[in-house]
Amino acid sequence: MESSQSSMEGLKAELRKESRRLKLNFDELKSGGFIKQTQKDLFTVRLRCPGGRVTADKMRTAAAIADKYGRGEVHITVRQSVEVPYVNYIHFDAVAEELRAVNWSVASCGARVRVPTACAGCSYNPNGLVDTQGICAEVDRRYFGTPTGHHKFKMSFSGCPIDCFRTREMDLGFQGMVEPKLLEDLCNGCQLCVKGCEDKALRMEGDLPVRDDSLCVGCGDCVKVCPVDAMVVARRGWLARVGGRHGKHPLFAYEVANFLTDDQVYALIETTVDWYRHHGEGRERIGAVIGRIGLNTYLDDVVRPLGVEIVAQADQRRKYWAGGNLYDSK
Amino acid sequence: MTQNSAESELDLRGVLCPLNFVHIKIKLEEMNSGDVLEVLLDDGEPMRNVPKSLKQEGHRILRVAPEDGHYRLLIQVAE
Ligand code: SF4
Ligand code: SF4
Ligand code: SF4
Repeated sequence: MESSQSSMEGLKAELRKESRRLKLNFDELKSGGFIKQTQKDLFTVRLRCPGGRVTADKMRTAAAIADKYGRGEVHITVRQSVEVPYVNYIHFDAVAEELRAVNWSVASCGARVRVPTACAGCSYNPNGLVDTQGICAEVDRRYFGTPTGHHKFKMSFSGCPIDCFRTREMDLGFQGMVEPKLLEDLCNGCQLCVKGCEDKALRMEGDLPVRDDSLCVGCGDCVKVCPVDAMVVARRGWLARVGGRHGKHPLFAYEVANFLTDDQVYALIETTVDWYRHHGEGRERIGAVIGRIGLNTYLDDVVRPLGVEIVAQADQRRKYWAGGNLYDSK
Repeated sequence: MTQNSAESELDLRGVLCPLNFVHIKIKLEEMNSGDVLEVLLDDGEPMRNVPKSLKQEGHRILRVAPEDGHYRLLIQVAE
């Protein structure tokens, strides 16, 4: 009797200690990243993997966590995260400890700026025009977890107009683009650039290729194919898209600015999240806010003051046309 | 050797991407740098893809001549 009494006391003390420990963790882990599963007491641990770039060291830690606290498997999410499913909440502390050891942390969920995604970009993808991984890491460092007050805020970076990272479906998306320029003296009139342009933005006039900017999407294929480097890059930067989302009712984003520098990208993110925080209502995504109060208000409030090359006219967006089954809610 | 006399020839009409490029690559590897390979390439996808890939690998396209439904390219092996 007495021994069972004392073991009961011991258990209670253990539980108190445990809950104090867990409370501390819940505070620390408030940003989310531990996601409740269907199964009682089990959570999925979503790891922070900006641009889907993870060191081998961190991968080994994810594997170790899966082995020790999960079911020996990880899940690769559509937003490039590594998740460890089936982790009991009593192990949060231990998991957080293992993550800290490799300078890693969990991702965010809820009404916050999410971990940005990115393709390989120009680092080794032949189509890449810009350093998507570099800017993605920096954007993650600066803005990850910023509360929006309304809903999630997703960003992605694509290295070229092929847009593997679906910038049109992001709250803010950035896609690499170039402006080609012809050095007439060097051109031999071979027409390879004209053949190489999928958007039919180039045609020969006499012996020289001429570009129609209203068709050119800035992919740089003409530069990449020119055998004598007569077609060169005049400008390189980011095309910004805002107001996209997927989900039950997808929205396609609007192109709002051309040829942004990295610093202009940071400025646009900051002012856009601010604008969203002020103008959003309830759990609206920014695309819904723009739908409600108008794209022009966003352009006037956010894009114009930045002094960047604005995309303000619908005609300027036509070349980025999309097709398929685009429903109309009305 | 003048720029326009080819050491080797490849007729890649009817060969699809990226196999056409692979054929060229294998051929170029047998040749010496500075040598010239003459290639017949279909219009369309092959003309869109192959010249870009060749440039990426450092080879030089010396001439592009349109012929009946295809193109004749002179490619100089990378230095
Ligand atoms: S978006 Fe362009 S650069 Fe990025 S992975 Fe796709 S093709 Fe490559
Ligand atoms: S950048 Fe792309 S779309 Fe523009 S002219 Fe060149 S190949 Fe055509
Ligand atoms: S590919 Fe270069 S050299 Fe050939 S037509 Fe175009 S710009 Fe001129």
